[in-house]
Amino acid sequence: MAYDSFKKLKSTVVPLPIENVDTDQIIPARFLKATERKGFGDNLFRDWRYNQDNTLKLDFVLNNPIYSGKILVGEHNFGSGSSREHAAWAVYDYGFRCVVSSFFADIFKNNCLNVGVLPVQVSSDFLKIIFQSVDQDPKTDLTVDLPSQKIMINSTGESEIFNINSYKKENMLNGYDDIDYLNNIKAEISNFASNTPL
Amino acid sequence: MKKTLFDKVWDSHVVKSIKDGPDVLFIDRHMIHEVTSPVAFLGLKKRGLPVLYPERTFATADHNTPTINQHLPVSDPLSRNQLKALEENAKNHGISYWGLGHKKNGIVHVVGPEYGITQPGATIVCGDSHTSTHGAFGAIAFGIGTSEVEMVLSTQCIMQPKPKKMLITIDGSLNEGVTPKDVALFIISKLTTSGATGYFVEYAGEVFRDLSMEGRMTVCNLSIEMGARGGMVAPDQKTYEYIKEREFTPKGKEWDKAMIYWKTLYTDEGSIFDKELTFDGSEIDPMITFGTNPGMGMSITKAIPSAKDIEGGASTYAKSLAYMGFSEGESMIGKSIDYVFIGSCTNGRIEDFRAFASVIKGYKRASNVTAWLVPGSHKVLQAIKDEGLLEILENAEFKLREPGCSACLAMNEDKIPAGKYAVSTSNRNFEGRQGPGARTLLASPLVAAAAAITGKITDPRTLI
Repeated sequence: MAYDSFKKLKSTVVPLPIENVDTDQIIPARFLKATERKGFGDNLFRDWRYNQDNTLKLDFVLNNPIYSGKILVGEHNFGSGSSREHAAWAVYDYGFRCVVSSFFADIFKNNCLNVGVLPVQVSSDFLKIIFQSVDQDPKTDLTVDLPSQKIMINSTGESEIFNINSYKKENMLNGYDDIDYLNNIKAEISNFASNTPL
Repeated sequence: MKKTLFDKVWDSHVVKSIKDGPDVLFIDRHMIHEVTSPVAFLGLKKRGLPVLYPERTFATADHNTPTINQHLPVSDPLSRNQLKALEENAKNHGISYWGLGHKKNGIVHVVGPEYGITQPGATIVCGDSHTSTHGAFGAIAFGIGTSEVEMVLSTQCIMQPKPKKMLITIDGSLNEGVTPKDVALFIISKLTTSGATGYFVEYAGEVFRDLSMEGRMTVCNLSIEMGARGGMVAPDQKTYEYIKEREFTPKGKEWDKAMIYWKTLYTDEGSIFDKELTFDGSEIDPMITFGTNPGMGMSITKAIPSAKDIEGGASTYAKSLAYMGFSEGESMIGKSIDYVFIGSCTNGRIEDFRAFASVIKGYKRASNVTAWLVPGSHKVLQAIKDEGLLEILENAEFKLREPGCSACLAMNEDKIPAGKYAVSTSNRNFEGRQGPGARTLLASPLVAAAAAITGKITDPRTLI
């Protein structure tokens, strides 16, 4: 599924300083019954956002009007657990275009890249600085610049370079996806398949 | 050049390597289920693409299916709709489909090996993180997202950078009452839930050699719970004997040809891993988890650790214990429980039911315990009946349900109520995993059986 291209994003952030946030928290399994990619943003962090009677849990960050923006800042091991791409869809559908963390779970990171959410892995020290800045001023905004692979706290100019492989970078910059690529090499694939018994 | 088992299988499936990018990896076998496939089929439709090799994809319904009255129409309209979508997509694209009620139906990672879809040296993917299970046969098997399901359907390939390699060696022999589940929970407790992220694991050593194929499946299944993409065990005589004569394994001359390849599937002496860990099998006890991720596990006889002894964030640790209603320093033994769940792709096979039955035989289910016994497949269900286990279970006042993922992820009606404690043989104790507010204690079938008859956390070694 092709998505919007990602070049440069300047935004305030939503801080979520909890470790090991798993994909069952990002989107609980009971909300995976759709057959279309629609409405997952409503159930992002469902059980942290809502009480069982569907009233808001006011102490959860997504319900705090002080914090908003297109960048979600998480803690170590963000997105562990299930391979459900619905978690990345929920993050995207809610309105986030970038997730920052000091460490991502593998499949979640991959899913984000496949749906147009940029996972930015920063050092633990830089993550701490981001959380401190946002704590002091909730209106702190960051610039995530994909061409130069740089993330910056705009108020202080503190920045860090992040990694992304050049293939995925090109895809994100242009809104291409892997199926576009694979379809262009189908001849090579069918040649390979004919030599690979079932 | 010396190659690891993982290198041999991965490298032989690379169609193309992209400089400073991923490898294009050819996928031999692809399994799909109702939850993570419908959007992939919609994607194909939008792009006007067919399924390239339908004979390489296998569909089963499991995540969202009821575990009672499967002969009746599924009552939840959303679940029914999703199951119908799988059936139609499979039919429209010529994919073999084992839906609800089909005699081959069951959990995707249970039926794959049962019918020989799973084979050594193959690349196997599925939109489910526990696809790592199939690594028990010396396959590279891992979970993928829905975008990748669409890639496999349309091109039989995915694009991923080659992961780093980790070797986990456990020698020695396991003590009585210690099962493959305990081995896995032990490793995860040492590595944490992210300790193997970015790696593909090979399990080696006496302990894994001695495990049955089902035991190896349990360990490989839980590889994802330490962050690894997957885990694998080199195939051996046990592997070949397990797969021989199964429906989708090669026969006759094809078998002989396959054996030539399979016999090359081992790590060359002197191969380099990015990380190597060694443990002693005799140090492993029956395990139980006390927190909200599978890394928060310990020997069942130990006390819950203090935050100061735990690496990482103390605030997250406190949040986790508060959710569980536990405190630092408490013993787990003797804690009252409410539910017991036997099943899932981790521990829903016949050996798991044999283990459970061996403990409960001659006892009765504790009156405070609701027990859900869910076989991983119809084949497992039939074996439970054929081996006389059903009678043992029923005599002890346990009922058997019908196959499916059930309370492992609680997508269907099998939800543990808020605040209740469940000893589960499944794979995840995340907040709300088994139902909103549910509190999960992961353990082996033996620990679950001991809890089911005593109504509290009990060391199974005191009963066997």
